[in-house]
Amino acid sequence: MKQWQCVVCGFIYEQQHGLPEDGIAAGTSWDDIPDDWLCPDCGVGKSDFEMVEI
Amino acid sequence: MAEKTVILGTGLAGYTLARELRKRDPQAELLLISRDDGSSYSKPMLSNALSKDKTADTLVMAAAEKAADDLNADIWTDTEVMQIDAARQQLQSSRGAIDYHRLVLAHGASPIKIPFAGDAADHIMSVNSLADYRIFRQALHNRKRVVIIGAGLIGCEFANDLTNIGISVDIVDLAPQALGRLLSQQAATELQNRLQTAGVKWHLDNAVTSVNHAGQALHVDLKDGTRIETDIVLSAIGLRANIKMATEAGIATERGIIVDRYLQTNQDGIFALGDCAQVEDLHLPFVMPLMNAARALAATLTGEQTAVNYPAMPVVVKTPIYPIVVCPPPRPTHGEWHEEVSEDGIRARFQDEKGNLAGFVLTDGLVKERMAMAKEIKDWLV
Repeated sequence: MKQWQCVVCGFIYEQQHGLPEDGIAAGTSWDDIPDDWLCPDCGVGKSDFEMVEI
Repeated sequence: MAEKTVILGTGLAGYTLARELRKRDPQAELLLISRDDGSSYSKPMLSNALSKDKTADTLVMAAAEKAADDLNADIWTDTEVMQIDAARQQLQSSRGAIDYHRLVLAHGASPIKIPFAGDAADHIMSVNSLADYRIFRQALHNRKRVVIIGAGLIGCEFANDLTNIGISVDIVDLAPQALGRLLSQQAATELQNRLQTAGVKWHLDNAVTSVNHAGQALHVDLKDGTRIETDIVLSAIGLRANIKMATEAGIATERGIIVDRYLQTNQDGIFALGDCAQVEDLHLPFVMPLMNAARALAATLTGEQTAVNYPAMPVVVKTPIYPIVVCPPPRPTHGEWHEEVSEDGIRARFQDEKGNLAGFVLTDGLVKERMAMAKEIKDWLV
Protein backbone atom coordinates (compact mmCIF):
# COMPACT_ATOMS: atom_id res chain seq x y z
CA MET A 1 0.00 0.00 0.00
CA LYS A 2 1.29 3.42 -0.87
CA GLN A 3 1.37 6.21 1.64
CA TRP A 4 2.69 9.72 1.58
CA GLN A 5 5.33 10.74 4.09
CA CYS A 6 6.47 14.24 4.98
CA VAL A 7 10.19 14.48 4.26
CA VAL A 8 10.62 17.00 7.06
CA CYS A 9 9.00 15.38 10.06
CA GLY A 10 7.99 11.88 9.05
CA PHE A 11 4.24 12.50 9.22
CA ILE A 12 2.38 9.92 7.14
CA TYR A 13 -0.81 10.55 5.17
CA GLU A 14 -3.03 7.51 4.84
CA GLN A 15 -5.74 7.77 2.27
CA GLN A 16 -8.06 5.32 4.02
CA HIS A 17 -8.15 7.48 7.17
CA GLY A 18 -7.90 10.91 5.58
CA LEU A 19 -7.56 13.77 8.05
CA PRO A 20 -11.10 14.56 9.16
CA GLU A 21 -9.85 17.13 11.68
CA ASP A 22 -8.29 19.06 8.76
CA GLY A 23 -11.44 18.76 6.68
CA ILE A 24 -10.07 15.94 4.53
CA ALA A 25 -12.50 13.06 4.46
CA ALA A 26 -11.42 9.45 4.81
CA GLY A 27 -10.67 7.99 1.39
CA THR A 28 -9.48 11.29 -0.14
CA SER A 29 -6.72 10.51 -2.59
CA TRP A 30 -3.47 12.44 -2.39
CA ASP A 31 -4.17 14.11 -5.72
CA ASP A 32 -7.41 15.55 -4.42
CA ILE A 33 -5.84 17.29 -1.45
CA PRO A 34 -5.55 21.04 -2.17
CA ASP A 35 -2.11 22.32 -3.11
CA ASP A 36 -2.14 24.83 -0.27
CA TRP A 37 -2.62 22.11 2.32
CA LEU A 38 0.15 21.96 4.92
CA CYS A 39 1.56 19.10 6.96
CA PRO A 40 -0.32 19.13 10.26
CA ASP A 41 2.82 18.30 12.23
CA CYS A 42 5.44 20.60 10.79
CA GLY A 43 3.75 22.95 8.35
CA VAL A 44 5.57 22.08 5.13
CA GLY A 45 3.66 22.20 1.86
CA LYS A 46 2.32 19.36 -0.21
CA SER A 47 5.33 19.50 -2.54
CA ASP A 48 7.60 18.48 0.32
CA PHE A 49 5.92 15.13 0.75
CA GLU A 50 7.22 12.08 -0.97
CA MET A 51 5.58 8.77 -1.59
CA VAL A 52 6.88 5.86 0.38
CA GLU A 53 5.81 2.30 0.18
CA ILE A 54 5.01 0.78 3.55
CA MET B 1 25.16 41.72 -12.17
CA ALA B 2 23.08 38.95 -10.69
CA GLU B 3 22.82 38.77 -6.94
CA LYS B 4 24.68 36.00 -5.18
CA THR B 5 22.98 34.56 -2.13
CA VAL B 6 25.04 32.62 0.39
CA ILE B 7 23.33 30.42 2.97
CA LEU B 8 25.42 29.41 5.94
CA GLY B 9 24.24 26.00 7.14
CA THR B 10 22.65 22.97 5.49
CA GLY B 11 20.22 21.93 8.18
CA LEU B 12 16.48 22.09 7.82
CA ALA B 13 16.63 25.90 7.74
CA GLY B 14 19.26 26.18 5.02
CA TYR B 15 17.80 23.50 2.77
CA THR B 16 14.21 24.64 3.22
CA LEU B 17 15.11 28.19 2.31
CA ALA B 18 17.05 26.94 -0.72
CA ARG B 19 14.05 24.90 -1.89
CA GLU B 20 11.67 27.81 -1.37
CA LEU B 21 14.03 30.17 -3.23
CA ARG B 22 14.25 27.79 -6.16
CA LYS B 23 10.47 27.59 -6.45
CA ARG B 24 10.53 31.33 -7.09
CA ASP B 25 13.80 31.79 -8.94
CA PRO B 26 15.32 28.77 -10.69
CA GLN B 27 18.50 30.55 -11.76
CA ALA B 28 19.91 33.08 -9.27
CA GLU B 29 23.36 32.24 -7.96
CA LEU B 30 23.09 30.26 -4.74
CA LEU B 31 25.80 28.84 -2.49
CA LEU B 32 25.22 26.76 0.62
CA ILE B 33 28.07 26.25 3.05
CA SER B 34 28.23 23.36 5.50
CA ARG B 35 30.78 22.51 8.13
CA ASP B 36 29.76 18.84 7.91
CA ASP B 37 29.10 16.59 4.91
CA GLY B 38 26.03 18.58 3.94
CA SER B 39 23.63 15.62 3.83
CA SER B 40 20.00 16.59 3.77
CA TYR B 41 18.01 14.77 6.45
CA SER B 42 15.01 15.28 8.67
CA LYS B 43 16.26 16.34 12.07
CA PRO B 44 12.98 15.68 13.88
CA MET B 45 13.36 12.04 12.87
CA LEU B 46 16.55 11.67 14.95
CA SER B 47 14.54 11.20 18.12
CA ASN B 48 12.61 8.18 16.86
CA ALA B 49 15.14 6.72 14.47
CA LEU B 50 16.26 3.86 16.74
CA SER B 51 12.86 2.18 16.93
CA LYS B 52 12.52 2.56 13.17
CA ASP B 53 15.90 0.89 12.84
CA LYS B 54 17.28 3.80 10.85
CA THR B 55 21.01 4.21 10.55
CA ALA B 56 22.64 7.56 9.95
CA ASP B 57 23.01 6.51 6.32
CA THR B 58 19.38 5.53 5.79
CA LEU B 59 18.25 8.84 7.32
CA VAL B 60 20.01 10.73 4.54
CA MET B 61 17.45 11.93 2.01
CA ALA B 62 20.01 13.46 -0.32
CA ALA B 63 23.78 13.63 -0.11
CA ALA B 64 25.24 17.08 -0.72
CA GLU B 65 26.06 16.33 -4.34
CA LYS B 66 22.53 15.26 -5.17
CA ALA B 67 21.02 18.14 -3.21
CA ALA B 68 23.24 20.54 -5.19
CA ASP B 69 21.96 19.01 -8.41
CA ASP B 70 18.32 19.11 -7.33
CA LEU B 71 18.65 22.73 -6.23
CA ASN B 72 20.86 23.96 -9.02
CA ALA B 73 23.12 25.37 -6.30
CA ASP B 74 26.70 25.07 -5.15
CA ILE B 75 27.16 23.29 -1.85
CA TRP B 76 30.52 23.49 -0.14
CA THR B 77 30.91 20.78 2.48
CA ASP B 78 33.41 20.45 5.32
CA THR B 79 33.90 24.19 5.20
CA GLU B 80 34.29 26.15 8.41
CA VAL B 81 33.34 29.82 8.33
CA MET B 82 35.32 31.77 10.89
CA GLN B 83 34.32 35.36 10.33
CA ILE B 84 31.75 37.63 8.75
CA ASP B 85 33.00 40.90 7.33
CA ALA B 86 29.75 42.80 6.92
CA ALA B 87 31.39 45.95 5.52
CA ARG B 88 33.10 44.05 2.71
CA GLN B 89 30.25 41.55 2.27
CA GLN B 90 32.67 38.72 2.65
CA LEU B 91 33.09 35.55 4.72
CA GLN B 92 36.43 34.20 5.87
CA SER B 93 36.40 30.43 5.65
CA SER B 94 38.68 27.41 5.71
CA ARG B 95 38.48 27.59 1.90
CA GLY B 96 39.41 31.25 1.77
CA ALA B 97 37.30 34.36 1.27
CA ILE B 98 33.72 34.05 0.02
CA ASP B 99 31.91 37.09 -1.39
CA TYR B 100 28.18 37.49 -1.08
CA HIS B 101 25.52 40.01 -1.94
CA ARG B 102 23.10 38.57 0.53
CA LEU B 103 23.97 36.34 3.44
CA VAL B 104 21.55 34.11 5.30
CA LEU B 105 22.72 32.78 8.66
CA ALA B 106 21.10 29.38 9.17
CA HIS B 107 23.81 27.71 11.19
CA GLY B 108 21.65 26.51 14.00
CA ALA B 109 22.11 25.97 17.68
CA SER B 110 24.39 23.83 19.80
CA PRO B 111 23.60 21.62 22.78
CA ILE B 112 24.17 23.34 26.09
CA LYS B 113 27.05 21.65 27.89
CA ILE B 114 27.37 21.74 31.64
CA PRO B 115 30.86 21.10 33.01
CA PHE B 116 30.19 18.12 35.28
CA ALA B 117 32.79 16.76 37.68
CA GLY B 118 34.38 13.35 37.20
CA ASP B 119 36.89 11.66 34.94
CA ALA B 120 34.26 10.61 32.38
CA ALA B 121 32.50 13.97 32.08
CA ASP B 122 33.95 14.41 28.61
CA HIS B 123 32.23 11.15 27.57
CA ILE B 124 28.78 12.71 27.87
CA MET B 125 27.10 12.67 24.47
CA SER B 126 24.42 14.77 22.87
CA VAL B 127 22.49 14.25 19.65
CA ASN B 128 21.77 17.38 17.66
CA SER B 129 22.88 16.35 14.18
CA LEU B 130 23.11 13.38 11.90
CA ALA B 131 26.82 13.09 12.72
CA ASP B 132 25.99 12.99 16.44
CA TYR B 133 23.38 10.32 15.79
CA ARG B 134 25.91 8.19 13.93
CA ILE B 135 28.26 8.26 16.92
CA PHE B 136 25.46 7.65 19.42
CA ARG B 137 24.10 4.67 17.49
CA GLN B 138 27.55 3.14 17.25
CA ALA B 139 28.12 3.67 20.96
CA LEU B 140 24.86 1.83 21.71
CA HIS B 141 26.07 -1.32 20.02
CA ASN B 142 25.84 -4.18 22.54
CA ARG B 143 25.05 -1.73 25.32
CA LYS B 144 21.95 -1.88 27.44
CA ARG B 145 21.89 1.20 29.70
CA VAL B 146 21.61 4.95 29.10
CA VAL B 147 21.30 7.84 31.53
CA ILE B 148 19.58 10.88 30.04
CA ILE B 149 20.21 14.27 31.60
CA GLY B 150 17.18 16.47 30.98
CA ALA B 151 13.49 15.52 30.90
CA GLY B 152 12.49 17.98 28.19
CA LEU B 153 11.22 17.24 24.69
CA ILE B 154 14.40 15.63 23.41
CA GLY B 155 15.06 13.75 26.65
CA CYS B 156 11.57 12.24 26.78
CA GLU B 157 11.54 11.42 23.07
CA PHE B 158 14.87 9.62 23.28
CA ALA B 159 13.74 7.81 26.44
CA ASN B 160 10.74 6.45 24.56
CA ASP B 161 12.85 5.53 21.55
CA LEU B 162 15.55 3.81 23.62
CA THR B 163 13.10 1.74 25.67
CA ASN B 164 11.50 0.62 22.40
CA ILE B 165 14.74 -1.11 21.46
CA GLY B 166 15.23 -2.67 24.87
CA ILE B 167 17.61 -0.16 26.46
CA SER B 168 17.17 0.56 30.14
CA VAL B 169 16.87 4.31 30.73
CA ASP B 170 17.32 6.58 33.75
CA ILE B 171 16.31 10.25 33.38
CA VAL B 172 17.64 12.97 35.66
CA ASP B 173 16.22 16.49 35.82
CA LEU B 174 16.25 19.42 38.22
CA ALA B 175 12.54 19.97 37.66
CA PRO B 176 9.88 18.13 39.66
CA GLN B 177 8.10 16.86 36.52
CA ALA B 178 8.76 15.76 32.96
CA LEU B 179 8.51 18.42 30.24
CA GLY B 180 8.35 20.86 33.14
CA ARG B 181 7.14 24.11 31.67
CA LEU B 182 5.29 22.57 28.76
CA LEU B 183 2.86 20.23 30.47
CA SER B 184 0.02 20.56 32.89
CA GLN B 185 0.47 18.48 35.99
CA GLN B 186 -1.78 15.51 35.25
CA ALA B 187 -0.44 15.17 31.73
CA ALA B 188 3.12 15.17 33.10
CA THR B 189 2.22 12.52 35.68
CA GLU B 190 0.67 10.34 33.00
CA LEU B 191 3.71 10.72 30.73
CA GLN B 192 5.98 9.73 33.62
CA ASN B 193 3.79 6.73 34.44
CA ARG B 194 3.68 5.44 30.90
CA LEU B 195 7.40 5.78 30.37
CA GLN B 196 7.94 4.16 33.74
CA THR B 197 5.82 1.22 32.64
CA ALA B 198 8.15 0.95 29.65
CA GLY B 199 11.08 0.75 32.05
CA VAL B 200 12.22 4.34 32.50
CA LYS B 201 13.50 5.22 35.97
CA TRP B 202 12.87 8.84 36.96
CA HIS B 203 15.20 10.97 39.08
CA LEU B 204 13.30 14.25 39.23
CA ASP B 205 14.06 17.12 41.60
CA ASN B 206 17.59 15.83 41.34
CA ALA B 207 20.84 16.56 39.54
CA VAL B 208 23.96 14.86 38.26
CA THR B 209 26.99 15.73 40.35
CA SER B 210 29.66 13.64 38.62
CA VAL B 211 30.32 11.08 35.91
CA ASN B 212 33.21 8.66 36.38
CA HIS B 213 34.68 5.61 34.68
CA ALA B 214 34.05 2.32 36.48
CA GLY B 215 35.76 -0.37 34.46
CA GLN B 216 33.86 -0.74 31.20
CA ALA B 217 30.88 1.09 32.68
CA LEU B 218 30.22 4.61 33.93
CA HIS B 219 29.08 5.74 37.35
CA VAL B 220 26.70 8.66 37.44
CA ASP B 221 26.35 10.18 40.90
CA LEU B 222 23.31 12.25 41.77
CA LYS B 223 22.70 15.00 44.28
CA ASP B 224 20.54 12.76 46.47
CA GLY B 225 23.35 10.21 46.81
CA THR B 226 22.06 7.73 44.22
CA ARG B 227 24.72 6.07 42.10
CA ILE B 228 23.62 4.80 38.67
CA GLU B 229 25.79 2.33 36.79
CA THR B 230 25.36 2.88 33.08
CA ASP B 231 27.01 2.57 29.68
CA ILE B 232 26.21 5.88 28.05
CA VAL B 233 25.27 9.33 29.32
CA LEU B 234 23.20 11.46 26.97
CA SER B 235 22.77 15.15 27.70
CA ALA B 236 19.52 16.72 26.52
CA ILE B 237 19.27 19.91 28.51
CA GLY B 238 18.57 22.24 25.65
CA LEU B 239 20.06 24.23 22.82
CA ARG B 240 21.77 27.58 22.63
CA ALA B 241 21.71 29.54 19.37
CA ASN B 242 25.05 29.87 17.60
CA ILE B 243 25.52 33.63 17.87
CA LYS B 244 29.21 34.15 18.52
CA MET B 245 30.31 34.86 14.96
CA ALA B 246 27.37 37.20 14.39
CA THR B 247 28.07 39.09 17.61
CA GLU B 248 31.70 39.51 16.61
CA ALA B 249 30.56 40.95 13.28
CA GLY B 250 28.51 43.63 15.00
CA ILE B 251 25.17 41.93 14.44
CA ALA B 252 22.70 42.39 17.27
CA THR B 253 22.12 39.22 19.27
CA GLU B 254 20.33 38.13 22.41
CA ARG B 255 19.16 34.54 22.84
CA GLY B 256 19.55 34.34 19.09
CA ILE B 257 20.55 36.53 16.18
CA ILE B 258 17.94 39.27 16.32
CA VAL B 259 15.91 39.72 13.16
CA ASP B 260 12.79 41.68 12.30
CA ARG B 261 9.64 40.31 10.67
CA TYR B 262 11.56 40.27 7.37
CA LEU B 263 14.22 38.02 8.91
CA GLN B 264 16.68 40.89 8.46
CA THR B 265 19.42 41.53 11.04
CA ASN B 266 20.57 45.01 11.95
CA GLN B 267 23.10 44.75 9.08
CA ASP B 268 21.98 45.35 5.52
CA GLY B 269 21.94 42.23 3.40
CA ILE B 270 22.35 39.83 6.33
CA PHE B 271 19.41 37.67 7.34
CA ALA B 272 18.96 34.83 9.82
CA LEU B 273 16.54 31.98 10.22
CA GLY B 274 16.04 28.73 12.07
CA ASP B 275 17.49 27.72 15.41
CA CYS B 276 20.09 30.53 15.37
CA ALA B 277 17.53 33.29 14.86
CA GLN B 278 15.37 35.27 17.22
CA VAL B 279 12.42 36.89 15.44
CA GLU B 280 11.68 40.06 17.40
CA ASP B 281 11.61 38.68 20.95
CA LEU B 282 10.92 35.01 20.08
CA HIS B 283 13.59 32.31 19.84
CA LEU B 284 11.64 29.18 18.89
CA PRO B 285 13.89 26.32 17.79
CA PHE B 286 11.11 24.20 16.27
CA VAL B 287 10.16 23.15 12.78
CA MET B 288 7.00 25.15 12.16
CA PRO B 289 8.42 28.60 12.95
CA LEU B 290 11.37 27.77 10.70
CA MET B 291 9.09 26.77 7.82
CA ASN B 292 7.05 29.97 8.10
CA ALA B 293 10.23 32.03 8.23
CA ALA B 294 11.80 30.25 5.23
CA ARG B 295 8.75 30.88 3.06
CA ALA B 296 8.58 34.56 3.99
CA LEU B 297 12.30 35.06 3.49
CA ALA B 298 12.27 33.33 0.10
CA ALA B 299 9.58 35.77 -1.01
CA THR B 300 11.49 38.76 0.32
CA LEU B 301 14.76 37.68 -1.28
CA THR B 302 13.05 37.31 -4.65
CA GLY B 303 11.63 40.80 -4.58
CA GLU B 304 8.33 40.40 -2.79
CA GLN B 305 8.87 41.94 0.65
CA THR B 306 6.99 39.57 3.00
CA ALA B 307 6.72 39.71 6.78
CA VAL B 308 6.77 36.38 8.59
CA ASN B 309 3.65 35.48 10.48
CA TYR B 310 3.66 33.28 13.55
CA PRO B 311 0.26 31.87 14.34
CA ALA B 312 0.14 29.76 17.50
CA MET B 313 2.19 26.70 16.55
CA PRO B 314 1.60 23.47 18.48
CA VAL B 315 4.48 21.02 18.90
CA VAL B 316 3.94 17.27 18.54
CA VAL B 317 5.86 15.40 21.22
CA LYS B 318 7.26 12.23 19.66
CA THR B 319 6.51 9.88 22.53
CA PRO B 320 4.41 7.18 20.82
CA ILE B 321 3.74 5.53 24.18
CA TYR B 322 1.77 8.67 25.06
CA PRO B 323 0.70 10.91 22.17
CA ILE B 324 0.97 14.54 23.28
CA VAL B 325 0.65 17.90 21.56
CA VAL B 326 1.78 20.96 23.47
CA CYS B 327 1.26 24.60 22.65
CA PRO B 328 3.00 26.58 25.37
CA PRO B 329 2.68 30.37 25.51
CA PRO B 330 5.80 31.64 23.72
CA ARG B 331 6.43 34.33 26.32
CA PRO B 332 6.27 34.17 30.13
CA THR B 333 2.56 34.42 30.83
CA HIS B 334 0.66 34.58 34.09
CA GLY B 335 -2.30 32.28 34.17
CA GLU B 336 -3.41 28.86 35.19
CA TRP B 337 -4.06 25.38 33.84
CA HIS B 338 -7.55 23.98 33.58
CA GLU B 339 -7.38 20.25 33.00
CA GLU B 340 -10.20 18.02 31.81
CA VAL B 341 -9.54 14.32 32.00
CA SER B 342 -11.70 11.94 30.00
CA GLU B 343 -11.52 8.49 28.44
CA ASP B 344 -10.19 10.09 25.27
CA GLY B 345 -7.27 11.77 27.01
CA ILE B 346 -6.42 15.04 28.72
CA ARG B 347 -7.41 18.44 27.42
CA ALA B 348 -5.60 21.13 29.40
CA ARG B 349 -6.19 24.79 28.68
CA PHE B 350 -3.81 27.42 29.91
CA GLN B 351 -5.76 30.62 30.48
CA ASP B 352 -4.18 34.00 31.03
CA GLU B 353 -5.38 36.46 33.65
CA LYS B 354 -8.08 37.77 31.33
CA GLY B 355 -9.39 34.26 30.78
CA ASN B 356 -8.10 34.00 27.18
CA LEU B 357 -6.68 30.74 25.92
CA ALA B 358 -2.88 31.21 25.90
CA GLY B 359 -1.69 27.62 25.56
CA PHE B 360 -2.82 24.03 25.75
CA VAL B 361 -1.95 20.38 26.11
CA LEU B 362 -3.80 17.55 24.34
CA THR B 363 -3.11 13.87 24.84
CA ASP B 364 -4.07 10.50 23.39
CA GLY B 365 -7.14 10.68 21.11
CA LEU B 366 -7.59 14.41 21.71
CA VAL B 367 -4.41 15.38 19.85
CA LYS B 368 -6.53 15.68 16.71
CA GLU B 369 -8.06 18.85 18.13
CA ARG B 370 -4.74 20.68 17.90
CA MET B 371 -5.43 22.74 14.79
CA ALA B 372 -8.84 23.84 15.98
CA MET B 373 -7.49 24.82 19.39
CA ALA B 374 -4.48 26.64 17.97
CA LYS B 375 -6.89 28.84 16.03
CA GLU B 376 -8.42 30.03 19.31
CA ILE B 377 -5.08 31.51 20.33
CA LYS B 378 -4.09 34.90 19.03
CA ASP B 379 -1.06 35.08 16.73
CA TRP B 380 2.30 35.03 18.46
CA LEU B 381 3.68 37.86 16.35
CA VAL B 382 1.32 40.75 15.80
